[in-house]
Amino acid sequence: MTAGTRSSNSFALGLLMVVGLGCLAWLALRLGDWHSPFARHYELNARFASASGLREGAFVEIAGVRVGSVTSIALDPARFESVVAMRLLPGLRLPSDAIASIRTSGLIGEKYVRITPGGATDMLPPGGEILDTESSINIEELISKYIFEGGDK
Amino acid sequence: MSPTSLATTLQRRVINLGAMGLFLGQVLRRLPHRAARAGTLAGLVVAIGSRSMGLMIVAGGFVGAMLAVQFFDTLSRFGSPSMLGAAVGLGLIRELGPVLAALIVLGRAGSALAAEVASMRGSQQLDALACMAIDPLAYLMVPRLIACLISLPLLTAIFDVAGLLGGMCIGALSFGSSAGIFLDSAASGIGPADVRMGFVKSVVFAALIGWICLGKGFLAPAVRGTEDVSRVSADAVVIASMSILGADYLLSALMS
Repeated sequence: MTAGTRSSNSFALGLLMVVGLGCLAWLALRLGDWHSPFARHYELNARFASASGLREGAFVEIAGVRVGSVTSIALDPARFESVVAMRLLPGLRLPSDAIASIRTSGLIGEKYVRITPGGATDMLPPGGEILDTESSINIEELISKYIFEGGDK
Repeated sequence: MSPTSLATTLQRRVINLGAMGLFLGQVLRRLPHRAARAGTLAGLVVAIGSRSMGLMIVAGGFVGAMLAVQFFDTLSRFGSPSMLGAAVGLGLIRELGPVLAALIVLGRAGSALAAEVASMRGSQQLDALACMAIDPLAYLMVPRLIACLISLPLLTAIFDVAGLLGGMCIGALSFGSSAGIFLDSAASGIGPADVRMGFVKSVVFAALIGWICLGKGFLAPAVRGTEDVSRVSADAVVIASMSILGADYLLSALMS
C-alpha cells in the first residue's frame, strides 16, 4: 500500500466517523429529545378525577405555547384519582392558583394539558401540586347525556 | 418432485443451516482475540462504510422527499399537514432508514464480501492460511464482521439525516411549510424509543449481512470457477435480504 492510498483511506475513514457519529448524535440529542440529567426542570403534579385519553409524553401548554410534557400518569389508590406528573421549562414559575385542564387539540386530536395561570402572588415550588383542575371532557358521555336525558322531558 | 428427493433437499437445507450456525458460533468465539491488525479493520470499514456514504446521502434524500410527498397528501386529507415532519421522521427512523440502508449495503458490500471469500475458497487461499497455522476465521472473518457492525449503524444515521433534509426541502419548497415547522414537528414526534429502535435494527441487520455473506462464502462447497463465485454471492444476497425483511418484522413487533 502506498502512502497516497493510505492517507486517502484515513481521510475516508475519518469522514465516515465524523459524519456518521455527528448524524447519530443529532438524531439522539435533537430528535430523540434526550434530556440532560443536569438540567433542573420545573416539576409539577396535578390531580384529575379522570385523565382519560391523556398519554405520557403529551404536551403541556400555557397561552398556546408548549412549555413541557407529561412524564407520568398514575392512580392514587386512596382517593381513586389520577395523578399527572409534568415537567416544564427550567426557568418557569406558576402562581399557586393556576388551573390545569385536560383539553383536546381539534375535534379528534390528541389530549394535552392546558395550564391557565392565576393571579396569586405566591408561586408553586418545584414538585408542588396544582389544586384547581378540570378533567378531560368525554364526548361520548356528553352525547349519551343529551340522548337519554333529553327523552325524559 | 418425489418424496425421497424432497426429503433429501430438506435434509440438505437443515444441514446447511446447522453449518451456518456453527460458523457463527466459531466466529463469535474468536471475537475477543483478533489476529488481524487494526489497519486491516480500518481498511475494511473504509471499503464497507466510507465508500457507501455518498450512496446513503443520495438514496436517503430521495426516500425522504418521496415520503414527504406521500405523507403530505395523506395528512392533508385528515387536516393535519403540520405533522409532516413527524410522519417523515418516524417512517425513516423506525422503518425505512435501517431497512433500506441495510439492503443498499448488502447489495454494494455484502455481495462483494461473499464473492471475495468464495473466490478465496476456490483458489485455496483459506486452506493455505490454515497450513501456515493462521486461523482464517480469526484472521479474515472476524474483522469483516466487526467492520459491518461499525459501518451500518453510522450509514443508517447518515441515511436518516439525509432523508429528513430531503423531506424538509420538499416540504419547504413544494408545500410551503417552513423548515423550522418541519424540524419542530419531527423533534416533538420522535422520542428516544424510536431512535433506539432504529439503532438496534441497524446493528441486527449488520450482523445478519456479515454472518450470511461471510458464511455463504466460507462454506461454499465446490468453487471451481467464476460461475460458482457469482452463484454463491447471488445466494447470499437473496438469503440475507429475506432475513433482513423478516428480522425487521420481528423487531418491529417486539419493540413497539
